[in-house]
Amino acid sequence: MTRSARCATRSPSASRSSKRRRREAAWALAFLAPSLAGLAAFVLAPFVETVRRSFTNALGTRWMGLANYRSVLSNAAFRLAAANTARFLACCLPLLLGLSLLLALLVRARRGRGGVFQTTFLLPMAVLVSAIVLLWRVLFDANGLANGLLVSLGAQPVDFLGTDAAFWVLVATYLWKNAGYDMILWLAGLDAISRDLYDAAAADGAGPWQQFRYITLPGLAPTAGVVGLLSLINTFKVFREAYLVAGRYPHESMYLLQHLFNNWFLSLDMGRMTAAAVLLVLALLIVLLPLRRLWRLEERT
Amino acid sequence: MRRAAVLAVLLALALLVWWPLWFILMGVFLPADELNLLLGPIFDAEAERYAAWTLLPSWPTLQPLAELLLDTPEFFTVFWNSCALAFPQVLGQLLVGAPAAWAFGRLRFPGRQALFALYVALMLLPFQVTMVPSYLVLDALGLMDTRWAVILPGVFSTYPVFIMARGFEAIPPSVIEAAELDGAGPVQIFLRLGLPMGVPSILAALVLGFLDAWGAVEQPMTFLETPTLWPLTLYLPEVVQENLGVSMAAGFLALLPALLIFLFGQRYLEQGILQGAVKE
Repeated sequence: MTRSARCATRSPSASRSSKRRRREAAWALAFLAPSLAGLAAFVLAPFVETVRRSFTNALGTRWMGLANYRSVLSNAAFRLAAANTARFLACCLPLLLGLSLLLALLVRARRGRGGVFQTTFLLPMAVLVSAIVLLWRVLFDANGLANGLLVSLGAQPVDFLGTDAAFWVLVATYLWKNAGYDMILWLAGLDAISRDLYDAAAADGAGPWQQFRYITLPGLAPTAGVVGLLSLINTFKVFREAYLVAGRYPHESMYLLQHLFNNWFLSLDMGRMTAAAVLLVLALLIVLLPLRRLWRLEERT
Repeated sequence: MRRAAVLAVLLALALLVWWPLWFILMGVFLPADELNLLLGPIFDAEAERYAAWTLLPSWPTLQPLAELLLDTPEFFTVFWNSCALAFPQVLGQLLVGAPAAWAFGRLRFPGRQALFALYVALMLLPFQVTMVPSYLVLDALGLMDTRWAVILPGVFSTYPVFIMARGFEAIPPSVIEAAELDGAGPVQIFLRLGLPMGVPSILAALVLGFLDAWGAVEQPMTFLETPTLWPLTLYLPEVVQENLGVSMAAGFLALLPALLIFLFGQRYLEQGILQGAVKE
């Protein structure tokens, strides 16, 4: 603003350009207006209210300080859910990144004839969770296919949904649904590594493993950050699978923060719900802020 | 040798995707008695045997599908509910999101980067965070338990804006400058140049938006109480025990729109995934 004002005093053409700038900004505002109005009404204003309510009693009428936050953090269900969610992330993210990278490498190894497999691995993205819930029950029920197979192999049947195994069933579903998405990102990352590097390494006698270790892995580092972050965000959607298969109160190894939020919502526990939402935003911001330059727009001159 | 090994591993992994889809497809063609014989043990905890499955039905039939389409009127209601929730959301995302994306991608204005960062942050927030604020405003507007409760927050999703902005950003400036010299105004440039040239990223945003809206569970579950408003995603798990064959057929038909959009829009879907992540 101050710079354009200074320019305006300098020459007629500069003043024209500053007028142009102001017109452009006005048009930008016009183009943005519907979106901004909607966001203000449906997200931003109610979020401010959420923050305010997190410091008040359930009706929003009396200031309570940090009481809601203390109540959330000392809540046994919250601790269980937070620990499970952390464990889920710690197990899933490395497995997902590894599996999807493996898929990308295998698809690429087919050199142009991997298209069918690329489509195949992306396909679960389009599969409704609700439609495969029946399949899940068929597979993992006490009398289900998985146990039938185990027994026919001479092993003991497992109560998949009633024990700790439930957690791993959930991990497997998450991998099934999301590996394709990450594979696409890895494929782009692999494409960005220059062919020349591999040719030069091969000329120097580097084997496939050495090429992978010293060219592919370092070359994928920039992709890894984004893939990891988007996968982290996507893990919150695993609630669908968990909920549709096991309901509001699944085996305690599968009780995630999402279940807790849902149950607080159903009991309209506004105090805890608002405080927990604010805590979750803060936790995500801590992860997101260092990565924000990944999403910057190009500067226009 | 190495190529054969790669193919073998790929086939083994692909089976993990193909088998579930084959399972759902076969469920549509299995006669009711065969289906009950195979899967019966699941609904009978006392059963002394395990569920089984065949690769092909011994006697293919379309009876479950016919029963679903002819004798289950509520299926049409539910299917319609899914459409009535998903399509307005995607249309709204286009109408509201495309102009906003144009502003971010092509116009200069103060606060552009900061505002865009806000859009990105909102796009990354999980539903569990936005649920409470959405509830507060929907409740205040008296929209809880109406379709609008799912549609309106979906329309203002910032993810489509983000993807379309990336597409508009990639239009060469020379094209726009040429149009400006010809005396075209900002709205004309957006409608006549921006929209046609941004088609791939617009489609990418629409495909991702549709898959998201069609498969949504959390939003309808949280904001819709009346079962007659429920979409397929909430109805399918309910129907399971009553009639296996009909459930399988319903599951298959629920998958169909998403699968078709996926197969026709795969290119755009992949592009959308990339534009959401990688800076080119």
